[in-house]
This record gives sequence, C-alpha cells and structure tokens, in this order.
Amino acid sequence: MHELSLITETLAIALRNAEAENAQQIHRLTMAIGAASGVVPDALQFAFDVAIQGTIAENAELAIETIPVTCQCPQCQTQFSPPDWIYECPTCQTLVSQTLTGREIQLKSLEVS
Amino acid sequence: MCGTCGCVSENGVTILTPDHSHHHGHRDDHNPDHTHHHGHTHSHDPQHTHTPTLPRTLDLTQSVLAKNDRLAERNRGYFLAKNLLVLNVISSPGSGKTTLLQATAQNVGLSCGVVVGDLETDNDAQRFRAGGIPSIQITTGTLCHLEADMVLTAAQHLNLDALQLLIIENVGNLVCPAAYDLGETLRVVLLSTTEGEDKPLKYPTLFKSADVVLLTKLDIAEAVGFDEATALANVQAINPTASIFPVSAKTGLGMAAWYDCLQDYRAGIGDPS
Ligand SMILES: Nc1nc2c(ncn2[C@@H]2O[C@H](COP(=O)(O)OP(=O)(O)OP(=O)(O)O)[C@@H](O)[C@H]2O)c(=O)[nH]1
Ligand SMILES: [Mg+2]
Ligand SMILES: [Zn+2]
Repeated sequence: MHELSLITETLAIALRNAEAENAQQIHRLTMAIGAASGVVPDALQFAFDVAIQGTIAENAELAIETIPVTCQCPQCQTQFSPPDWIYECPTCQTLVSQTLTGREIQLKSLEVS
Repeated sequence: MCGTCGCVSENGVTILTPDHSHHHGHRDDHNPDHTHHHGHTHSHDPQHTHTPTLPRTLDLTQSVLAKNDRLAERNRGYFLAKNLLVLNVISSPGSGKTTLLQATAQNVGLSCGVVVGDLETDNDAQRFRAGGIPSIQITTGTLCHLEADMVLTAAQHLNLDALQLLIIENVGNLVCPAAYDLGETLRVVLLSTTEGEDKPLKYPTLFKSADVVLLTKLDIAEAVGFDEATALANVQAINPTASIFPVSAKTGLGMAAWYDCLQDYRAGIGDPS
C-alpha cells in the first residue's frame, strides 16, 4: 500500500514543477518504474485516480514505463537481464547482488498547458 | 487518532514518548530546508485569468523517493557523528522482531535504545521498557512503513549520546518498508520458521535489500516442518552477499554469533567506548 505514499509524493513534485512553469493544467504524467522496485503498477494507477481529485492534474493520465532489470557480473563483467529474481550470470554462473537498472521509481515527465 | 487527546494528527503519524506526551506528526519538523509555501499562486493582477499556457512537455526524471533518501542520508551522518550502530529491522507481522530485539538489547553488551513502529498501540515500546530498554513508539495509523524523518524525530526523544546501538523495529510488513531508507547502518530482515522456506522468493525486493537475514524461531523448526537448508539456499540465491544467522530468541540458540556480528560492526564505526 505504499503506492499511495509514492503517488502523493509524485503528485507533489508534479504540482511544484507545473506551478513553477505557470502551467494551468497537467494532462499527463509519465513515470518510470523498475521491475525490481517493488511497486505494483496497478496499485499506483488506482492511487493516482484518487490522489488527483481537486488538483490541476484532475483529468490527467498516468503513463507507466517499466524498466527491466539489468545486472553486470562482478567476476566476468557480462551484462545481462535476469529472467527471474535470481540474478545468475549466464556466462560464469556467479550470483549477482547489484543491479544496473530495474529499481527506479521516477517521475520522468509532465505534459502541461 | 491520538490515544491521549483524541485529536487526529496530520497524516496519522504520532510519536508516543514514555511520559505519553505526544507529538503530532508534522513530518517536516526537523527538515532544515523546509519552507512553507502556502500555495496561493495567483497574481493579483486584475487582468489575470486561467488561460491555458502553450502545451508542452517538462522533462524531470526525478526520483520520487529523493526527499526520503536525502533525509535518510542526513540521519546517517547524524548517527555516525554519535558513533551509533543503527539497525532497521523488517519482517512480516509476528516473525519475532520484538522478542529477538529484547534479547539482543539485554545480551549484546552494547547500550541500546529502540524506536518501534506499529500501525496502532504502544504495546511493543512498553514491552521494551518493561525490560529496562529505552524505547519510543511511532504509531503510523494507516502508513505501512517508517520514513526517515519520523525516525529522526522519534530517536531524538532518546538519550542518543548514551547509546551505542539504536534499533529501529519497522512496521510488520514485507513490501513497503523495502523502499524507504531510514539512514540505518544495517538492514536486518527476519524470516521465521513458521513462514515457509520460500518467503525470500515471494518477497525478493525486501530480501535483496538485506545486509543481514535472521532465520528466527528455530526452536520450533521441527514442529512446523521447516527445512533450514532450503531456506538458506533461497536466501543465498536471492541475496548472495547477506550474512545469515539461524537463531532462536527463546532458547538463545545461535544468538552469540549474531551478537558478535553487531559487536564487530559497532567496533568498525568509531570510538568503541
Ligand atoms: N517458539 C518461539 N516463539 C517465538 C520466538 N520469538 C517470538 N516468538 C513468538 O512469536 C510471537 C510474535 O512475537 P513478536 O516478538 O511479538 O513478533 P513481532 O515481529 O515483533 O510482531 P509485530 O511487531 O506484531 O509484527 C509471540 O507469540 C512470541 O512469543 C522464538 O524464538 N521461538
Ligand atoms: Mg513487534
Ligand atoms: Zn559472470
């Protein structure tokens, strides 16, 4: 249920930026959500529909771009996209902890007028 | 709803101190760069109308958690300056956090204070205090995790200068706390024998973020048919770098190795006074 907290913060950032740009309306928010971020896009969408009521984003659309997980093997430097939650290097079978991408929770852009 | 005066705190977060004075959670309290812009943005120009401006795209690419991450970094610096080892302890409800942390605080050989988060009640803080462990309760209302600013506000009600180990017992939840850095030195995730060996595979985001995984309630492993080797393998597959300690807070089994680990980390932080 932290999607509601996340959307509240996202909307706060959006409204601050829209206001700074003298925009009267926000038409679209685009978020980038990593596949390993723990965020459920449907829950985010649901929370968004509630949170925008009574704001200049009232009729806005939420677009969610999913960022796949990529890793780099610390042993052999192979870059790979793991097929599941176990990040095993396809070249040397080392188990990898770190990710290069896939944990993002970002507000990418706004369409305003 | 505040248990003392019945008033509702902003966003439902309340910090309950031992004397039951209470602080309604204005969560920006200790944010030095916070200023209040009460958003009246209309210019008072009589010509002013809400004419839409030109349609355009604003590129932001901002982390939604940037504010919490920044406050967490500030906590980290603050705690480090006090030579504190700080644990953020996370698990499902009822995995044995309070029981394990009571034993830890009493036996680890470090002076210890606790900040504990629950949706409601200060039962857990009372349990710690009953054992002589200074403790502050944060009740989060509907919020399913602790955030960095709440932890700082609550921790400042403890006499931090007298402590070596600050333990944060997070709200019982395997999903939401994973995303929120509190400024801890170590993230400690519990997996109890009653939850099944495949928990790490079901909640990978949290288990991947752990520095330490404690397999708890080992005393009843046999009774509940818990296969320790499978659980260990699952944790290692998801998080190959975590330190893993199988323990029972009830019998003390395996606890010495956990205490040694905390002693070593504390010694690495600075003045081991
Ligand atoms: N057998 C056994 N039971 C335990 C152990 N540790 C805790 N328990 C029991 O598990 C139950 C929950 O323990 P708590 O310590 O309250 O768990 P918690 O994770 O703090 O719970 P919440 O704060 O509500 O999420 C209690 O009934 C404890 O007595 C253990 O090592 N062995
Ligand atoms: Mg507890
Ligand atoms: Zn490799």
